[in-house]
Amino acid sequence: EANMMNLSRSVALISLFLLPLLSFSFSVDNPTDRRVLVLLDDLSLKSSHSIFFSTLKSRGFDLDFKLADDSKLALQRYGQYLYDGLIIFAPSTERFGGALDSKSIADFVDSGRDLILSADTSASDLIRGIALECGVDFDEDSSAMVIDHSSFSLSDGDHTLIAADDLVKSDVILGKTKIEAPVLFRGVAHSLNPTNNLVLKVLSASPSAYSANPSSKLSSPPQLTGSAISLVSVMQARNNARVVISGSLQLFSDRLFRSGVQKAGSPNKYEKSGNEQFATELSKWVFHERGHLKAGSLVHHRVGETDEPAIYRIKDDLEFSVEILEWSGRSWEPYVADDLQVQFYMMSPYVLKTLSTDKKGMFHTSFKVPDVYGVFQFKVEYEKLGYTTLSLSKQIPVRPYRHNEYERFIPTAYPYYGACFTTMAGFFVFSFVYLYHK
Amino acid sequence: MAAVESLPPGTPSAMRNAFGTVLSALILVLIGVLAFSIRLFSVIKYESVIHEFDPYFNYRVTQFLSKNGIYEFWNWFDDRTWYPLGRVIGGTVYPGLTLTAGTIWWVLNAINIPLSVETVCVFTAPVFSAFASWATYLLTKEVKGSGAGLAAAALLAMVPSYISRSVAGSYDNEAVAIFALIFTFYLYIKTLNTGSLFYATLNAIAYFYMVCSWGGYTFIINLIPMHVLLCIVTGRYSPRLYIAYAPLVVLGTLLAALVPVVGFNAVLTSEHFASFLVFIIIHVVALVYYIKGILTPKMFKVAVTLVVSIGLVVCLIVVAVLVALVASSPTGGWSGRSLSLLDPTYASKYIPIIASVSEHQPPTWPSYFMDINVLAFLVPAGIIACFSPLSDASSFVVLYIVMSVYFSGVMVRLMLVLAPAACIMSGIALSQAFDVFTGSIKYQLSSKSKDDAEDNTSTKNAPKDDASSGKADKGEEVAKERLSKKGKKKEREPAEKPSVKSKIVKKKALVLPLEASIVALLLLIMLGAFYVIHCVWAAAEAYSAPSIVLTSQSHDGLHVFDDFRESYAWLSHNTDVDDKVASWWDYGYQTTAMANRTVIVDNNTWNNTHIATVGTAMSSPEKAAWEIFNSLDVKYVLVVFGGVIGYPSDDINKFLWMVRIGGGEFPHIKEADYLRDGQYRIDSEATPTMLNCLMYKLCYYRFVETDGKGYDRVRRTEIGKKHFKLTHFEEVFTSHHWMVRIYKLKPQKNRIRGRVKKLKQKTTSGVSSKSVKKNPWM
Repeated sequence: EANMMNLSRSVALISLFLLPLLSFSFSVDNPTDRRVLVLLDDLSLKSSHSIFFSTLKSRGFDLDFKLADDSKLALQRYGQYLYDGLIIFAPSTERFGGALDSKSIADFVDSGRDLILSADTSASDLIRGIALECGVDFDEDSSAMVIDHSSFSLSDGDHTLIAADDLVKSDVILGKTKIEAPVLFRGVAHSLNPTNNLVLKVLSASPSAYSANPSSKLSSPPQLTGSAISLVSVMQARNNARVVISGSLQLFSDRLFRSGVQKAGSPNKYEKSGNEQFATELSKWVFHERGHLKAGSLVHHRVGETDEPAIYRIKDDLEFSVEILEWSGRSWEPYVADDLQVQFYMMSPYVLKTLSTDKKGMFHTSFKVPDVYGVFQFKVEYEKLGYTTLSLSKQIPVRPYRHNEYERFIPTAYPYYGACFTTMAGFFVFSFVYLYHK
Repeated sequence: MAAVESLPPGTPSAMRNAFGTVLSALILVLIGVLAFSIRLFSVIKYESVIHEFDPYFNYRVTQFLSKNGIYEFWNWFDDRTWYPLGRVIGGTVYPGLTLTAGTIWWVLNAINIPLSVETVCVFTAPVFSAFASWATYLLTKEVKGSGAGLAAAALLAMVPSYISRSVAGSYDNEAVAIFALIFTFYLYIKTLNTGSLFYATLNAIAYFYMVCSWGGYTFIINLIPMHVLLCIVTGRYSPRLYIAYAPLVVLGTLLAALVPVVGFNAVLTSEHFASFLVFIIIHVVALVYYIKGILTPKMFKVAVTLVVSIGLVVCLIVVAVLVALVASSPTGGWSGRSLSLLDPTYASKYIPIIASVSEHQPPTWPSYFMDINVLAFLVPAGIIACFSPLSDASSFVVLYIVMSVYFSGVMVRLMLVLAPAACIMSGIALSQAFDVFTGSIKYQLSSKSKDDAEDNTSTKNAPKDDASSGKADKGEEVAKERLSKKGKKKEREPAEKPSVKSKIVKKKALVLPLEASIVALLLLIMLGAFYVIHCVWAAAEAYSAPSIVLTSQSHDGLHVFDDFRESYAWLSHNTDVDDKVASWWDYGYQTTAMANRTVIVDNNTWNNTHIATVGTAMSSPEKAAWEIFNSLDVKYVLVVFGGVIGYPSDDINKFLWMVRIGGGEFPHIKEADYLRDGQYRIDSEATPTMLNCLMYKLCYYRFVETDGKGYDRVRRTEIGKKHFKLTHFEEVFTSHHWMVRIYKLKPQKNRIRGRVKKLKQKTTSGVSSKSVKKNPWM
């Protein structure tokens, strides 16, 4: 067993050395994905969605197109993942080829890698299953589509081609430039569990939308209606893996990218739909070109000192700092925010302070250790929309005063000191008088 | 041996005294050797290890002390226990034992005897039981002479009750505290007999050592005032009594307040009030005696009526204020343990955490026979012997035995306080009986040979300097007189002389027939032999198991279960240094000492809420338990399970206490939910709450794989739920005999799945979707 341990340890060591040489992709220092596997159920998608793929290529991604039922499909070899990202544009695939299934895709996400998944009308159970794993519930009725009689696109008059403009308000996810034109969408609706705080609607349907089979008459009220319908959602897992799930594959197609749009009932006519900008910005977010934070270690010390103490005393004054950097896609830039907080925590936060920044990435504050001893933690919990979650903590014990750190003489106790010494003196005098008084 | 020195040298009686002194010294040394060596069975049968639970903590503290010095120890804030609260060890521990062992270790190392701290700790208890035997000798000698002293010392050296707490490796407070207790009593009696301020000061210092060592010091500070009160009430007030008591209270309280763990409690809690009350009373009495001395009887009577009437009013007011003060505090100023001493049902009613400890339960009758054996029969005889004649000293030991019998009846643990009292009484009884029998034999033999010189022989042949024989007793009295003269006491007790005379008369009447004496002697020797056999058996078989290593003898040989150390070693080698391990509090000390991992609760049960939190987690279903543990940053959960090998003191048997303690703080845990018709069971009749709680799951996870049936050998039944999976915990370690099982908290799920609720809804209502779902591959 010891040999085995040694062996595996040396293998791990070797691979640690080799890994940076083999690929400079997806590491802590460079969070942007490089190698992306694209699974298609039809190779014609490669040309029908060429704009989307070419923008990715132009940003430096190494796309590997495979048919979804390719028997040689594999995400990893010898325990190492071959890809950093995965795009599944294969809504009708019932079963992947090779060693791929929904569990291995879930594992792929759990290993911190990213995924773009697009369903479409009549999406297969496999695709629905993967979405389900990520907390997204597609409409059960496989023939249902999103129908909206008020905010459809006027371009072809079909009420299933939605012109959606209810986008999430986040510069991190969708970029700083506002997406002016509505995004065209034709596909299946999905809903999110409101208690699930990892998923987020990026593109929501309008209140008048509902999900039903457009070719048949409605016999019962639709299950999904109004703004409960999400058209495109994102999920950021606890390990900061990112997933985009779209109900429409057409959203990424060249046709809708190029198409002009005018929303029903709206006077504004746009030459070009918002799709391209939306898809590009979203892909930037999902592949960690944006909104990725990195924190240095939590640094703390007593005021006036520089070394980190092993233990604090109650009522010590301390200084706390942490460096936080943001990935710009190419390099680490200082992160600037005024809403970063540190907790001095023991079962509940005893101190909660907002950190101030020097605009160079350093955040710092100073405070007094509370008058409570115990094992505390410095905690920085930063969950901001679109950004990766920062959850940092560092344990530090706080001790009470030492026996010689208390005040030696308390002013209010002087009467008692006086009483002590006068009693002693009195006793001495009394003894003297008693013994030698004849 | 002031008595020996004071006699003119060269006379035959002086020679005999000198011989007696040497002989007693030799016997005492042998008793010391006996006391030490009878406690080594544990080392010989097992190994030189620290035993049980609390000793591990003491050992850890001693290690810290020997490494960091006394100031660091005093200020030690331990961040590895009671996470995240921590514990100020220096301020919450009785430092006597640790300082004693630390000093021994330091001295030995200073003179180049490089013993490890562990070795010193292991052997501290046996060494101190030798000291305790010698202290018993001194105490009993003060009461009834050195013959009784030697007998009592020999009995104490091997009394099973004391052995159970002081075998090699049992490194607990009681190990040194019993010595301190007896020695304090000895110095009190010595002061009482001599009236010397020197001994009074020593007494206060011995009391200080006792306060340092054990919370049982309250026994001293209540027993001695009671005795003082008894003396006053029975008209035995004397300046000696005043000297024995007043300095003890003043110095003792001041010194006790120096011990951090006691601090202001020495003047604030009700345990100490009795001593202050008696302190006031003795001053009033002293004043009364003084006034009586300077006033004429008539004037005195007037003064008495005046003072009594005013005094009563003042007293009533003071008492009313005191009662109001005490009643305003929630427990009436008494700590829970002390309250349960006064009202034995208190703990089981209100404080499950005290009641849950087995050593806080009342003892059963067999445990008296097991722990003090034949002493139980000798004690009444000793009490009778103490009444003929009743002196200040003998009234003290009578009071001591009465009180300790009561307290031992409340808590098994206080058997330990009873044991020295029983030994002293039995020693007195044995020595008196031997005196009577041997005296009668000698008298009868000599009266047969020489009918004429009856009186002379009986006195000449009286055995050595024993207190029972008339002449020797007189010698004692003379010695005492001289000592008291040394102590500047010019007064002689007028009461003593007649008592001595009456004793001589009584002794002469106690001459028994020769045959009866011989038979009685033989029977006494047999009784002693039975006692020795029982004690050796108890030391070798019953009380030597270190409890961290278990053995069992079966038809195919000896089995050793070393699972505890195996698992603690696993923890220390396979987990991160700062990982937190949750277990029931029994295993806290061992985990910190042996595995060096942070624990949530431990055997120092100072925070009931924290323990209740762990109890609640153990009683909750998996998910709720995971949340509780996760909020405490727990990484691993350790349970002790005896179902495979039949180890009865496992967590399932302790589980109801966890429920009770948890339910005491968090009312959603209800004991009734875990009981089926008031019965605690884990078989198929068990309640769903029981079968789904974390403790059941962690103990019985994969248990069915051991024998295919899931037969629990402790509960002697098949378990109720055999096949189940854990969702929030994963098993990481199970020891060789399954005694210790360690689970790791699974991390929070990386993703949250959708639609779990909706799916159910759909399958019941949606018809169209059902058809889709039914055959997805079509």
